[in-house]
Amino acid sequence: MAFELNGRTYETDEEGYLADLSEWNREVAGYMATEDDCDLSENHWEVINFLREYYEEYQIAPAVRVLTKAIGKKLGKDKGNSKYLYELFPYGPAKQACKYAGLPKPTGCV
Amino acid sequence: MSETKKFMYINRRPPYGTVYPLEGLEVVLIGAAFEQEVCMVFISDGVFQLRQGQDTIDSGMKNFSPTYRALGDYEVTRLYVERESLEERGLTEADLMPLTWEDEDDDWAEKPSIQIVSRAQLSDLLEEQDVVFNF
Repeated sequence: MAFELNGRTYETDEEGYLADLSEWNREVAGYMATEDDCDLSENHWEVINFLREYYEEYQIAPAVRVLTKAIGKKLGKDKGNSKYLYELFPYGPAKQACKYAGLPKPTGCV
Repeated sequence: MSETKKFMYINRRPPYGTVYPLEGLEVVLIGAAFEQEVCMVFISDGVFQLRQGQDTIDSGMKNFSPTYRALGDYEVTRLYVERESLEERGLTEADLMPLTWEDEDDDWAEKPSIQIVSRAQLSDLLEEQDVVFNF
């Protein structure tokens, strides 16, 4: 699969995850979110940026449990909980946010 | 599902050349969701998986060694490395990546994950396990 954006073609897997994470940019994230009827706010970006940093450091997309805990540690307890993260990313915080972040689907995610 | 079992993942192969080490690591990370009592063991050429300064650029393979540093986040905090295997390969603990985990119950104190154990100690540990996986 693939999509076109600003004259460029981006390859994705069958679930819409970017094939090559080095091709990622903010417009790609915005486009993917719009396709899901989701408007990216600063709160969304906080999580997306966090995931990109996590991947950069550990070379994996964290499981949702690990993401929740790590967000809590970095951004505070009011953000490091399932309710907050699921409100931002109703399709599953790890799954959906990883997609917008251009990362592969989290390890262990079905 | 209240019963907790002791899971041991034994890693005995060098990091690159087969898919076992990476696949094994992914199994550990996935399995961590089930909140069992998990430990990993590195014996034989498996000790190379924890070697510091891995560089895979020329091989075209993904360097997944940074992922071992995420194990603490997944509450996998016991990584046993066999002393004899290190010695047979001319390695010491200083050649391994420093891996730590943060103890939530101790004000997030950083504690080492790697423990160097003898072959005899490992054999005792093995006896205690409910489930053993080989990679």
